[in-house]
Amino acid sequence: MIKQSSKISLFFKKHQKSLVFWGFLAPALLAFVFTIIIPFFLGLYYSFTDWRGFGTPEFIGFENYIRLFTAGGNESIRFIYSLIITFVFAAINIVLLNIISFSLALLVTRGLKFQNFYRVGFFLPNLIGGIVLGYLWKFIFNNVVPDVTLLASGESFLMLADRNTAILGISLTWGWQYAGYLMMIYVTAIQNIPQDIVEASEIDGAKFMQRIRHIMLPMVAPAFTVTLFLTLINSFKQFDVNFALTAGGPSTEFQGLSLWGTKLISMYILDTYQVSLRPALAQAQAVIFFIVLTVISVIQVQYNKRKEIEA
Amino acid sequence: MTRKKRSTLLLEILTILLFVIFFSPFVLLLMNASKETSFEVLTDPLALTGTFAQLLTNMEEVWTSTNTQYQQAFVNSITITTGSLIAIVVASSMAAWVLVRTKSKISNLIFLLFVVAMIIPFQVVMIPLVSWFRTLRDVTGIPFLRSHFGMIFAYVGFGAPLSIFMYHGFMKSIPYELEEAAEIDGCNKVQTFIYIVFPILKPITITIMLLNGIWIWNDFLLPLLIVGKGTPFQTVPLAIVNYVGAFVAEYQFLLSAVLIAMIPVIILFLFAQKYIIKGMVAGSIK
Repeated sequence: MIKQSSKISLFFKKHQKSLVFWGFLAPALLAFVFTIIIPFFLGLYYSFTDWRGFGTPEFIGFENYIRLFTAGGNESIRFIYSLIITFVFAAINIVLLNIISFSLALLVTRGLKFQNFYRVGFFLPNLIGGIVLGYLWKFIFNNVVPDVTLLASGESFLMLADRNTAILGISLTWGWQYAGYLMMIYVTAIQNIPQDIVEASEIDGAKFMQRIRHIMLPMVAPAFTVTLFLTLINSFKQFDVNFALTAGGPSTEFQGLSLWGTKLISMYILDTYQVSLRPALAQAQAVIFFIVLTVISVIQVQYNKRKEIEA
Repeated sequence: MTRKKRSTLLLEILTILLFVIFFSPFVLLLMNASKETSFEVLTDPLALTGTFAQLLTNMEEVWTSTNTQYQQAFVNSITITTGSLIAIVVASSMAAWVLVRTKSKISNLIFLLFVVAMIIPFQVVMIPLVSWFRTLRDVTGIPFLRSHFGMIFAYVGFGAPLSIFMYHGFMKSIPYELEEAAEIDGCNKVQTFIYIVFPILKPITITIMLLNGIWIWNDFLLPLLIVGKGTPFQTVPLAIVNYVGAFVAEYQFLLSAVLIAMIPVIILFLFAQKYIIKGMVAGSIK
C-alpha cells in the first residue's frame, strides 16, 4: 500500500511539469479543437463527397466544385453572381467607408470643443448588433426615405426594392455601424503623428491639402493597411445586416437567369445548406469562399505594405 | 474674426451637422416607437405624435408579450454571455500562461495553431460544426445542440484564439521573478496562477471580456445554427428575427422591440466607453 502511493507521488513529481502544462491547456484546447479544427477538416472532406447532412457520405472527387464552375449551369450562374455581388459590395465599402471614416477622423482630431463626445457618438452604432440595426434601417429605407423623397422631388424612392440600389442600402447601413470603428483606428494613428513635423510643415507654408497628402497619409499608411483589411474581410463575411435588411431581395437577372439580387456569399452558402438542403455543395462553396478570402487579403496586405514603404 | 477662427467655426458646424445626421436613426426610432398605432407610424413617420408614456406602454407590451418571448430570450442571452465570458477568461488565461512559460517545441506549435486558426472564417466550419455537435450529443449524451452548454462550449472554442493571443502578448511583459518568489514561498503552480498571475492580468481581462461580450451578445449565426429561432433557448437577436418574421404588421411594437434590444449595450457603453473603444481598437486584428 505504502509502496503504491509513493509510486504515484513519484510519478506526479517526475511529470509535474507536463501535467501542469496539459492540465492548464486542456479546456481551451479541447473547445478549440472541437469547434474549429475538427469541423474544418470534416468540412474539407465533406466538400468532396455527396454528404446529405446525415448518414455515410460517398466520395465523389471534385464533382461539387466542377458543378459550381460549369459554364451555363444554374448552380454555377447563381454562385458566380453571388461572388460578384460580394466583390461589388466590398468595393463600395472600401471606397465609401474609408472616405467617411477618414474624414470623420480628421474632423475629430482638430481640437474642436466636445471632440471626445463626437468620437464616442460616432462609435456607438458599432456596439449594436447587425440584426437589430438592420431592422431599424429597413424601417428607415422603406418608410422614412420614401416620404422624404416624396416631399423633395415628388417621387417616393424605395431604395431596397430597386435592384440597382439595394446593395448600396446594405453598404450604408453597415457603414453607419462600422465607420466609427474605422474612425477610431485612424484617430489613434493621427494622434501618433509627431506634432513637430506638422508644425514644421505649417511654418514652411504647407497648405491643408498638402499637409494631408505629404504628411498625414504617409504617416497613417499602416492604419490604412489595417482598415482596408478589416473592411475587406468583414464585407466578405457580412451576413446579419444583409439578412435583416433585404434577406437577399429584390430579384434581378444574370446571364438569362432570374435570381436574388443581394444574396451575399455568406447568405448564399447558408441558403444552399438550409433552403436547398445541399450541405455538401454548400460546403464546397464555403471552401472556395475561404480560398478567395485568403488570397485577396494576402494580396491586399502585401500591396499595402509595399505602399507603406514607398510612402 | 480671423481666418483661422472662421475656419474652426465652419468645421464645428460641419461636425455638428454630421453628428445630427449620424444620430437621426436613433431619433427616428424613439419618435416612432412611442406612437400609439401602426397607422400613425406608417402615414407620417416624421410626425412628432408619440408620447413618453406611450413608449413605456409599448415597451411593456413587447416585454410581456408571448409572441416575442422576450423575457426568456433575455435570460438566455445573459446566461450564455456570462457563462461564456467566465469560461473564456478562465480557459484562455490558463492556456496562455503555460504557453508563455513553457519553452518547448510543442508549446510553440500549439500557440501557432491558435494564431493561424484566426484566419478561418466562421462560414467554413458552420455546416460541419452542426453535424459534428449532433454526433457528439448522440455519442456522449451531453446536449451540445439546443442548450446553453453547447453555446458556451462553442463560444470558448471560437473566442479562445484571439483571447489567448491577447493574454499571451500581455503575459510576456510580466516579470518571471514574481512567480519564482511565490514558488520559493511554497506556492504550487495552481496557487501561483490563482494568487499571483491572474490578478496581474486584470486590465487585459477587462478588455477581453468587453470584446467577447459585445460579440457574443450580438451574435446571430452561431445561435441560429446551434439553438435555432423560436426555441426555448433562443437569444435576443433570434427572438427579434422570430418576432419580425411572424408579426410584421405592428410597427410601433417592432421598433420598441428593436429599442429594448439596444438598451443593455448602450448602458454598458455609457459606463465603460473608454475601455470599450480602447479594447476594440487594440483587438482590431479580429
